[in-house]
Amino acid sequence: MRDQVLDEMDLERERGITIKANAVRIDYTAANGDEYELNLIDTPGHVDFSYEVSRSLAACEGALLLVDASQGVEAQTLANAYLAVESGLEIIPVVNKIDLAAADPDRAAGELSGVLGGDPGDAVMVSAKSGAGIDDLLEAIVETLPPPGGRPEAPLRALVFDSYYDTYRGVVALVRVVDGSLTEGERVRLMARGVDLDVDEVGVRRPKIERTGSLVAGEVGYLMTGVKDIGLIRVGDTLTNADKGASEPLSGYDEPKPMVFSGLFPTDGDDFERLREALDKLRLNDSSLLYQAETSRALGFGFRVGFLGLLHMEIVRERLEREYSLDLVATAPSVEYRANLVDGGQQIVHGPQDLPDSGRLLSIEEPYVKVMIITPSQYIGTVMELVQSRRGEMGEMNYLSPERVELHYLMPLAEIVFDFFDMLKSRTRGYASLDYEPAEYRISDLVRVDILLNAQSVDAFSTVVHKDRAYAYGRAMVHKLRELIPRQLFDVPIQAAIGSRIIARETVKAKRKDVTAKCYGGDITRKRKLLERQKEGKKRMKMVGSVEVPQEAFVAALRISED
Amino acid sequence: MDPTDSTAEYPPDSPVLADLAASWKSAYIHVPFCARRCPYCDFAIVDESAGGAADHTTYIGAVAAEIGMAADFGPLDAVNFGGGTPSRLAPELLERVIGALEVQFGLSEGAEMSLEVNPEDWSDEYGRGLVDAGFTRVSIGAQSFDPAVLDALGRLHDPDAIARTVSGVRTVGISSVGIDLIFGHPAETAASWERSIAAAMALEVDHISTYSLTVEPGTALSREIRAGAPAPDDDVQADRYHRFCDVASGHGFVRYEVSNHARDGHVCRYNLSTWAHGEYVAFGLGAHDHRWGRRERNHRRLDRYLGAIEAGERPRVGVEHLDDFHQERDRLMLGLRLAAGTPLTPTAERFAASEAGRRFIQAGILEAGDGRLRIIEPMMTDAVAREALSVSWHDC
Repeated sequence: MRDQVLDEMDLERERGITIKANAVRIDYTAANGDEYELNLIDTPGHVDFSYEVSRSLAACEGALLLVDASQGVEAQTLANAYLAVESGLEIIPVVNKIDLAAADPDRAAGELSGVLGGDPGDAVMVSAKSGAGIDDLLEAIVETLPPPGGRPEAPLRALVFDSYYDTYRGVVALVRVVDGSLTEGERVRLMARGVDLDVDEVGVRRPKIERTGSLVAGEVGYLMTGVKDIGLIRVGDTLTNADKGASEPLSGYDEPKPMVFSGLFPTDGDDFERLREALDKLRLNDSSLLYQAETSRALGFGFRVGFLGLLHMEIVRERLEREYSLDLVATAPSVEYRANLVDGGQQIVHGPQDLPDSGRLLSIEEPYVKVMIITPSQYIGTVMELVQSRRGEMGEMNYLSPERVELHYLMPLAEIVFDFFDMLKSRTRGYASLDYEPAEYRISDLVRVDILLNAQSVDAFSTVVHKDRAYAYGRAMVHKLRELIPRQLFDVPIQAAIGSRIIARETVKAKRKDVTAKCYGGDITRKRKLLERQKEGKKRMKMVGSVEVPQEAFVAALRISED
Repeated sequence: MDPTDSTAEYPPDSPVLADLAASWKSAYIHVPFCARRCPYCDFAIVDESAGGAADHTTYIGAVAAEIGMAADFGPLDAVNFGGGTPSRLAPELLERVIGALEVQFGLSEGAEMSLEVNPEDWSDEYGRGLVDAGFTRVSIGAQSFDPAVLDALGRLHDPDAIARTVSGVRTVGISSVGIDLIFGHPAETAASWERSIAAAMALEVDHISTYSLTVEPGTALSREIRAGAPAPDDDVQADRYHRFCDVASGHGFVRYEVSNHARDGHVCRYNLSTWAHGEYVAFGLGAHDHRWGRRERNHRRLDRYLGAIEAGERPRVGVEHLDDFHQERDRLMLGLRLAAGTPLTPTAERFAASEAGRRFIQAGILEAGDGRLRIIEPMMTDAVAREALSVSWHDC
């Protein structure tokens, strides 16, 4: 059997992370000889995918809260622990990776007991890699976690907790049967949708699918109905019998809401339709992905895409480029602003270029998020400075242990989506972790900084920033672009402007030499190939007006820091 | 009109001369031997400081044998011995090669017979040997007149040796003499380049080639730069280039190619013909020839080259077949290096009318008119050639 069985995507396996929850059934014979069926769901841990966690928790009786023995409790550990507690689940604290040289299992266990209450000795010490402690863990599961309840004789109630699209079989729903049974050949109803479907096939995943013909109360498995439209089978919906069904659905959960928006444009304008098709396909397995067509003067036709967070954005982009061979330009990420208009109306804005003119604009509201940062205590000062420079407001501060502290802030989301995470990591030598959740909208003193190349405003470079930082941002952006934009046939002035006021300017001087000396011994082939290779390299450039701009320039704003 | 009359009649940058040169037939002989490898060089050479003197006689025997295996070509209008360092060979060995060429291909009346000479190898006696062998032209590897730059370039001669060589070449009666210069090394200053230009002018040679120092991957120079040594600067090189062109044209030199300047009647025929897309045969280590729409190349390693000859085989390591369209692209790419430019063929015209072509014209880099497409800012030649290669490709 290969490693990382449940992380099926190449990206998951490469990065060692879980993006998509996955379910599996295993049989287990306990120490006392009893036979158990264990249904496990492997979930992501990252904040961007917490909705995957919450809907998985709704399908379970208990949760294994894993921490890395070398890292200890991280911000996402806390966030997910709270989710599990809120869902009323029994929690088993687990310290994993105890085989690592840098492991400090006792410290991690101490921190876990600080978070969950209870004794540090409650934590199960394991190494998923070497197998150490796995028997203890399985015993802990059968001893501690309650068996599933439910009424097998009652009308069917099954929770759809995930779904994916299979090219041959259509939509495959992952379900937890709470009451009654789900049997092939029967007709079932999606209670929220009010749609009836025929049950073509049901079974369990081990993790390969294994057809069982039916699933009864307490079981977790898959369901195929031949449906091709993934929008029909919504995650969180309840299945019941089409005839004499249950009256009350199970409690579902909120739809994930995109928080970060970015323009995605094909480098080659001819690829627009391919990009649309690729997004449509990705959406089959990722209902959180929202997009609408957008036109940029600089970049042509593309899409404004909404993401759950920065990691989600990075993953979607990478999948589009790798799985669909698209060459993309991504604009700097933006949050969802609310523009209050002079006439009393309000406009939702997903990118700087959509902000109304200052004449029509009364004020701008921006989303704030509750931020939780866990850091070694020696970096408290550093972290505080960073957060304050990003308009963060200090909330609570708790010591998890003498060495580690939990900091709470209220911060504009826009300040996080630039380079905050990278800055936090680099200033704490990688030890701090971050989690956030939406809090509220607030009116802020925001301005749009435009960038002009060769005296022409480039919409894709516009950014909304706080007024106090506009000058520093303008200067930094112009400087960065001067470094990134190669010399052209003519001088290219780069300017930053607020409205018609120029706040920074630099110039990319015209290129003066682009020639190599003689061809050695008449080797024209080599000369030609060199020129062709260089030309190939230039294909990664985007023509903006008459200026060649490298793709990385469009995300330059991401990497701008004040220092 | 034969090449001798043509070169006498037309100025070096004449479009008529460039078009005539496309029909000349040349031969290139690679002489790989060097006293040591210069830090910027990535050519196929045999570094004699590493393993003692190589066997020149064996090598020349192999070259002569290779010539004997060649298909019909010629008669030859120009023969050029390049390197490496051709002047490491005794005149008798060079003569043996010329003899083989004459037997195999024949030589035109007044054919140009040229070789590269390093100043430290020169003696008038050596020069008399060259005259006896039939040489009509010598190109001296002067590189610089600044001792600090010569040292940085790893050259073994001093500036005085250059003057001695030029006067020696004149004394023994070789009718055309040129020097090569390399500019833009970080060790060179604006003032020292100025002095080098003045010294070059004072020698009153017939031909000057000026090459900007290029950092080739895998060379000692590129390693030094990676380790923190200063790299050549494009803007500085552009300034030095233009300064040279200005001074040289005031002294009667006509620039006929990006790097080549000649007085009337002294264009290097082999050089001009190569850029005009003429055909040439080439022999020796790592040599490349161009005939009948084919570009073929030889082994770069001496043991393989000699081994192939010994086995009675042509020492080819690769061949590229070019159809009419791809030959046309090469003609365009190469012709753009000539001051005379390239004929405004349908391909060239398409390029001139393309978006990229129009940008170059607008920027004052390229010019189309009088049936020619020519670059007026030679320092930007590769930028134009790069686009020319791809535009014509897409349009066909």
